[in-house]
Amino acid sequence: MPLLNIIPTNTSFKFMSLRKIGLFFSVTLILISFIAIFTKGLNFGIDFTGGVLIEIRSKNETINLTKLRDDLNKLNVGEIQLQTIGSEKDIAIRVQKYSPGQDKQLDSIKKIKSALANIEIEFRRTEYVGPKVGKELIKAGLIAVIFSLLGILFYIWLRFEWFFALGAIIALIHDVFLTIGFFSIFQFEFNLATVAAVLTIAGYSINDTVVIYDRIRETSRKYKKVIFEEIINLSLNSTLSRTLMTSLTTLLALLALFIFGGNVISSFVIALIWGVIIGTYSSLYVASPILLILNADKRNTSNQNEY
Amino acid sequence: MVQYKKWQLYIVILFSLLGLIFSIPNFIKSNTLNDLPSFFPKQQVVLGLDLQGGSYLLLEVDTDSVVADNLNNLVDEIRLILRKNKISYTQLNLENQIITLKIKKQDKKNDLEKSLKKFANDIEYKFINENTIILNYSDVKLKSIRDMAVLQSIEVVRRRVDEFGTKEPTIQKQGIKRILLELPGISDPERLKKLLGKTAKLTFQVVDDDVTTNELKSGKYKPGITILPSDKILDSNGEPILYAIKKKDKISGNLLINASPSLEQSQPVVSFQFNNKGGRKFGNITTKYAGSRLAIILDNKVISAPNIREPITGGRGIISGQFTFEEVTDLAMLLRAGALPAPLEILEERSVGPSLGTDSIQSGKFASVLGFILIIIFMTLIYGTFGVFANIALIFNLLILLAILTLIQATLTLPGIAGIVLTIGMAVDANVLIFERIKEEIKSGLSPIASVDIGYKQALKTIIDANVTTLIAAVMLFGLGSGPVKGFAVTLSFGIITSMFTAIMFTRILIIIWLKKNNPRVINI
Repeated sequence: MPLLNIIPTNTSFKFMSLRKIGLFFSVTLILISFIAIFTKGLNFGIDFTGGVLIEIRSKNETINLTKLRDDLNKLNVGEIQLQTIGSEKDIAIRVQKYSPGQDKQLDSIKKIKSALANIEIEFRRTEYVGPKVGKELIKAGLIAVIFSLLGILFYIWLRFEWFFALGAIIALIHDVFLTIGFFSIFQFEFNLATVAAVLTIAGYSINDTVVIYDRIRETSRKYKKVIFEEIINLSLNSTLSRTLMTSLTTLLALLALFIFGGNVISSFVIALIWGVIIGTYSSLYVASPILLILNADKRNTSNQNEY
Repeated sequence: MVQYKKWQLYIVILFSLLGLIFSIPNFIKSNTLNDLPSFFPKQQVVLGLDLQGGSYLLLEVDTDSVVADNLNNLVDEIRLILRKNKISYTQLNLENQIITLKIKKQDKKNDLEKSLKKFANDIEYKFINENTIILNYSDVKLKSIRDMAVLQSIEVVRRRVDEFGTKEPTIQKQGIKRILLELPGISDPERLKKLLGKTAKLTFQVVDDDVTTNELKSGKYKPGITILPSDKILDSNGEPILYAIKKKDKISGNLLINASPSLEQSQPVVSFQFNNKGGRKFGNITTKYAGSRLAIILDNKVISAPNIREPITGGRGIISGQFTFEEVTDLAMLLRAGALPAPLEILEERSVGPSLGTDSIQSGKFASVLGFILIIIFMTLIYGTFGVFANIALIFNLLILLAILTLIQATLTLPGIAGIVLTIGMAVDANVLIFERIKEEIKSGLSPIASVDIGYKQALKTIIDANVTTLIAAVMLFGLGSGPVKGFAVTLSFGIITSMFTAIMFTRILIIIWLKKNNPRVINI
């Protein structure tokens, strides 16, 4: 016996009558993302820019950041960035822009480590990505994203009609773009894990879209006389409880990870949380209205028998 | 009447049992595990370097320099051939891996071609005019030179890492000319990096003392020698001392069979021993050049150049040169492990200290358990009895997933744990889809049993479509290279597959058994 009934059933929202607002909302978000990406750019991590990241933890007192910055700048290895992570005792040291003529970036690790030898600290994490690898990782990331999109596009096209595939891919690009915009606006670090998150979001968002498309196809076969807009409304309503349930359970799991998973993966988890929210929204207000715009209702044409 | 097939029940029971058996070792401390009887499975999931602490190094072999070395030798060989056949030439040089040769008389063209035959498949050549020929290595030869250099480098890296005393290192070739090195437990690899950064090419060569200091400085000196700087010893101006080194009569360090650190007049030195061939050569050269200086050259720098007081026939000797004890230990180790065919460049390094690893395991565990509990409570609250069925399936889903990861010895990384947590969230999706569908069928007036039957059938297509698309994205992540992200792709992919199994087959059987037993007129979900 169910104890709780927070998930609405028997709804009959006129989703599609709000599609203009949805369109406005999406276009606004896309514009904001565009502006952010072009003005602020992305806060690329060393995975893509190349460079050095050293995370230290003070064993006793808090570290005097100003003094530490001065000490490290004296090394003249390049632009030193310091940032506390989580607590005052944890500090991330980044070198991403190198002094000209600093051809051996790797040596900066040794220099920084020896400069820190006089304070009581522990090295938590050291990462170095050479310039060559950084470029390759950018390429690998782009290729992975593009091929996932193509693979998904192909599968949907195989299982549905082409306009469904087109609608799904537009919704996907919408989600991917807004996620990148989100990282630009808040200047969260964009690294290899973020690309993984973007791909997962792509997978999640398409999952949602497919469920709704499946229902739209089924409903349109069942009610041949109902106008297409109403078919979409009916389908969205009958899948609404599932859409909300799944988003909620996934968000619950992600929230647990975000709060207790530690700062190593926090930007990864933030991306996923944002992606689940935006993916759910886009299935309702991007993927579905596109079918209307594409005039995907082919029931009154010669293709009728396919339904 | 809704039914399940007997084989479905057996498969569900079989996989659940296997999942249980092979995931159990992960919940037991390894000490306790070793005390258990031998039939008990003991394999645990492999933790990634980001969880257990350690270093990941990506190295690249400078294969171009090996090709260049080979080409230089080829030029020398061609020069010998020309001399032997009395072919006079006006130009013989090497540029961009291409050798250009200009002969004086065309009538020697046939002689030349005949003598080049011995390189058969290794080189390609063509006359660009009557007396100019260009030669280069064939693609096959180039590839074999590069492959050989990488294989040798891997071997030397392995020996150096072993000498360094690392437990269970992973050394593997990646791509065409890269070496991936994973060193569990080593979180500060500075010293190892220093060792890997040395080619350790050692030679013993004779110093030509006839060359004057002025000749050395001006760079105008007789052929047959090279000028090399000293390693540590400086002159009065603080500059490295330059030595004129004879090219011929050299002994290579790869003829050494042993090298160890020791003390000589309380100075740290490396004492070494040649093999038979090396010992003989060493004896001959020290006899021939008694009274001269013998330069000990490491990576094109002269470590020291002691006088040869008397012929050394025992094949033993020492290398001295203002060393610290750590330096002689490292040098002896490098000499034992052998020289790299080409310099190695460190392209990428990722090291995680033990404390961060432990913290990551802790937080990963805690977050997954918490996420899991939250979802279980949530599902029970929303779907009641059916929610409990979904939860049981979820537990077995996790056990089967863990068992698969253990059995294939996949590496569990922190993002991998995130993948599991995400799987938990998404695994219930299949059940949500089914339950919502059943609800709808009940609403439309079907009996409980028919609703369950149709609910499963209708939801199945959607579940497969939805999961295949997610799987496509997850599989693409494999291509994204480095360890942690790959770990995420692994757990997510397997998680999707196991969740489809448990959410569809497992819950269906549970629900049918329950329906048969209780035969309810209405079901509340």
